[in-house]
Amino acid sequence: MTPTLLGSKPTRFGFGDGLVDLGERHSNVVVLGGDITGSVMTSLFRDKFPDRFFSIGIAEQNATTIAAGLALSGKIPFFASYGAFCALRNADQLRISVAYNEANVKIGGGHAGISVGPDGATHQVLEEVAFLRTLPHMTMIVPADYEEARKATIAMGEMVGPAYIRFGRSPVPMFTTADTPFILGKANQITDGNDVAIIANGAMLWESVLAAEELGKKGIKARVINVHTVKPFDFETVTNAARECGCVVTAEEHQVHGGLGGAVAECCGKNAPVPIEFVGVKDSFGGSGEPEELMVKFGLTWREIYASALVAMERKEKGSTGIRAIKDVATYA
Amino acid sequence: MMDVETKRSLDFNTTTFTNERRAPEDFPPIANEIRRDIVRALVRAGSGHSGGPLGSADIFAVLYFGGYMRYRSDDMGWSGRDRFVLSAGHMVPVQYATMANAGMYPKSELATLRKYGTRLQGHPGRDMHLPGIETSSGSLGQGISIAIGMAMSDALLDKNDHRVFSLTGDGELQEGSVWEAAMAASHFKLDNFCWIIDNNDCQIDGRVPDVMNVYPIKDKCEAFGFDTIVVDGHDHADLQRGFDLFLANQANKTGRPTCIIARTYMGHGVSFMNDKFEWHGKPPTHDQAVAALEELSAHP
Ligand SMILES: [Mg+2]
Repeated sequence: MTPTLLGSKPTRFGFGDGLVDLGERHSNVVVLGGDITGSVMTSLFRDKFPDRFFSIGIAEQNATTIAAGLALSGKIPFFASYGAFCALRNADQLRISVAYNEANVKIGGGHAGISVGPDGATHQVLEEVAFLRTLPHMTMIVPADYEEARKATIAMGEMVGPAYIRFGRSPVPMFTTADTPFILGKANQITDGNDVAIIANGAMLWESVLAAEELGKKGIKARVINVHTVKPFDFETVTNAARECGCVVTAEEHQVHGGLGGAVAECCGKNAPVPIEFVGVKDSFGGSGEPEELMVKFGLTWREIYASALVAMERKEKGSTGIRAIKDVATYA
Repeated sequence: MMDVETKRSLDFNTTTFTNERRAPEDFPPIANEIRRDIVRALVRAGSGHSGGPLGSADIFAVLYFGGYMRYRSDDMGWSGRDRFVLSAGHMVPVQYATMANAGMYPKSELATLRKYGTRLQGHPGRDMHLPGIETSSGSLGQGISIAIGMAMSDALLDKNDHRVFSLTGDGELQEGSVWEAAMAASHFKLDNFCWIIDNNDCQIDGRVPDVMNVYPIKDKCEAFGFDTIVVDGHDHADLQRGFDLFLANQANKTGRPTCIIARTYMGHGVSFMNDKFEWHGKPPTHDQAVAALEELSAHP
């Protein structure tokens, strides 16, 4: 049941199109711009609904907090910028004015991960999933492709409460369709298998599908799971995968600590302690380069997922806990 | 009229005041009752901020009881209400005391200030659903931006005539995002927005210019597009002049937000606290509270 490749498009396009769709459905959806509206695709909404678009300029703290004020007055405000600036520069505003207030504010964070490419480390956010999933009341979504980003944008606009969607700059493979179910907080199983669970989201999901295909050639059946909503986290699906597969690999375009991998480790530690291997950026900043070059340099391809699956399975076979000897202790590097 | 024993008492009474156009001489008894309730609440709390709340009691008396902010004490969810956002969240004892004097909730609840389970959190918490608290605040600089979001919602989207007020401290002006907010207020021509600066020249570490100079405040606010007026924050007629300017800006659709710089003394009304930054963040002891109530009861 390997999904079919349907071309490629950036997830930010899905955000932009979803926002226009939402604007048509709900007259109280408004959008705040942070000077990079073309890049994060809020320009589509601006052009269609100029009376509901407000340019706030390069002032992410203010934009986030104005959004909270609009929300407390019954509007559904979206603010989009690059994740580095609309998840971290404004972290305190998100914590107090948005999350603590339970304000119905929606944030779109672009330029996520290193696949941003040439812009370099300052603009490649790799830490925001870790931060956002610690905020009470926050919903945190990492869509895998264009269609999922579009659906997620509509879903976050129609739920009540603070929500954040993470999307990327560069085209990524499309493989979900209008018929693929999307329920916030409910992970999707992409492939069947009981040998190893590969739990991924965002751009790493298609890489996980490729890794599963390669593993299949060795007779290994991998269960690929799409955790598009990191918070609220789908404990049940992940626990079942860990219990039934006996070992797990996580894959994300984010630091290996604190993000999806951290959430899976917390879940498994509590519910199904099995060996887990983590694919992601290993405690370093990004850099300039073409997206494909960077994904290889930082170890974010199907190859690392494939190799990690073999390690996870080896640890599973050695013993139920997969505890490493001190001399073999794994580190991020 | 309250008798002197009621005024002096450490116990909360049930006096409330109405919100209407008043003569300046009507405000001192209101402001002093707000001050006494601040003292009564803080001495019970055993922690909290005395200086800012006492120093701004006159501003709150005029704003809440002078007919400038329209609200229904028994229905603070009324959609037609004007809004007040306390950006300087640490000053919230004065807002709690004012709201109780407006009859939004029983004064006796002031005794729970800062205590476990209270709706009267140390800094305003929207999760407590206390009528009249529009938003959580206390991380400085954020309340004013929230207020501007509300003013945008009213003026630009709902196109109603609601007013939005926000009070910041003067030390708070050191937060850069305050100026992001100020820029937006004039950019969006929010003549329905009134910014009040409690200019007591004090903050926790000392005098404002010594900690980090924010002067000239008036020039800055004017440069950011505000119709700016400096008033004596303890002179009720002068405060009315400030709020009247705001009402005129809104009524005449000038497109200019108003800024009222209220010159105040921290701890005003209690002589041993007056203009002393040491009183920014501490409550009175029992004996100090008795002395403060004594002094505050000698006046109207
Ligand atoms: Mg001050």
